[in-house]
Amino acid sequence: MFPIEKYYFAATIEDAIAALEADEKARVIAGGTDVLVRLHGGNPDYGCLVDINGLDELRQISMDGEGNIFIGTLATCSEIIEHPLVQEHLPMVVQSLETIGGPQVRNTATMGGNICNGAVSADSACAALVYEMDLLIRNSKRERIQSINGFHTGPGRTVLGRGDLFTAFCIRPQKYRNMGASYYKYAMRGAMDIATIGCGAGVRMADGAVTELKLAFTVAAPTPIRCPHAEEAVLGKPVNAETLQQVADALLEDVRPRDSWRAGKEFRLHIIKTLAQKVIGQAAENLGGTL
Amino acid sequence: MQSRTISMQINGKSYQEEVDVRKSLMELLRELGLTSVKQGCGVGECGACTVLVDDIAVDSCLYLAVWADNKAIRTAEGECRGEQLSPVQQAYVEEGAVQCGFCTPGLIMASTAFLEKNQGKKPGREEIRRGHAGNLCRCTGYQTIISAVEKAAEK
Repeated sequence: MFPIEKYYFAATIEDAIAALEADEKARVIAGGTDVLVRLHGGNPDYGCLVDINGLDELRQISMDGEGNIFIGTLATCSEIIEHPLVQEHLPMVVQSLETIGGPQVRNTATMGGNICNGAVSADSACAALVYEMDLLIRNSKRERIQSINGFHTGPGRTVLGRGDLFTAFCIRPQKYRNMGASYYKYAMRGAMDIATIGCGAGVRMADGAVTELKLAFTVAAPTPIRCPHAEEAVLGKPVNAETLQQVADALLEDVRPRDSWRAGKEFRLHIIKTLAQKVIGQAAENLGGTL
Repeated sequence: MQSRTISMQINGKSYQEEVDVRKSLMELLRELGLTSVKQGCGVGECGACTVLVDDIAVDSCLYLAVWADNKAIRTAEGECRGEQLSPVQQAYVEEGAVQCGFCTPGLIMASTAFLEKNQGKKPGREEIRRGHAGNLCRCTGYQTIISAVEKAAEK
């Protein structure tokens, strides 16, 4: 049995928020693929749970009249991957979620949990950063919109405070339309593994030149990051070998990889430069351009 | 400790149970005598505890028993009809895809969900591998398991 000390099954969103506000130690449990693993390992930080699995309104995936796409925080990776709206408009979300765990894990894990867990390796984080997703967060006083930029404040840490419930991702049409996107997860194994480095890119072009690049990495810094220097370096240029080399050079200003048992710093840096070129090239190709 | 009363179907049979909220679905099923559900790693890596919840494969070790409320659970015990093995089980036998057998019930359920999802298609070996990435087998080397799934897909 899991060492759960206090458990609250929320009947409504308001109910969940009240329970999260009432106890400083309370944590949300969604799909459970991170929380239950930690409890299995005896981690005392997860003993007090607010279970939101009864809140079916958080499972919805939809698009409004203006083209904003909403992904509820409780939608599982598999539900998101298989949803026609996501397949049509957010191919990089599909691509990244497919790299998470194995089928059973994807059938229960949620993208909301993947982002809130705050892992530097979160597979959905690059997609969230490249599509510049907005996070809808509610507490007892108001609903606020928090950009994914700045949501992660450190390893395992986010801006979520006491009594905050993250309810849905919102992806704006101006953030996904006319953009080629691609993701690559570099890991030791083809499945059931944690990224050594993850890289996502979104590219917009006009007359053969890049008008916008969004480049994101996981495991390249203490949080998932965007790369402002590298993004700046390609503006107005065609996507060719020379430009991609300039991106790789500029990247050194953006990333801070570390040594760990999984990979050394130097090796990670090599992978970061290699992936940036590969993934930007692929994103441009997905937009219909050629190298 | 707290408990919740839940209603569920297990292999077509209705159950109503008062369940300790700390319990995993794997623990509950084993207590009810469904010992095909194995505890392997306990952290969602090996897939030995795989069961279907509303026809979706999940690791029952990482699934709170209380989440099974109003759901239909399938385990390997429920896949045969009397003496008649399911097409997936039969294919595992014919291809010799079973050695020690510990991973087999979980793999049978993973294959069953995979083939129901790919009904009418003929998945390739690579696709079958990806569809079974959540199940470990330390005996067979996987080749016979993949052959069994290929064979079951033809039935």
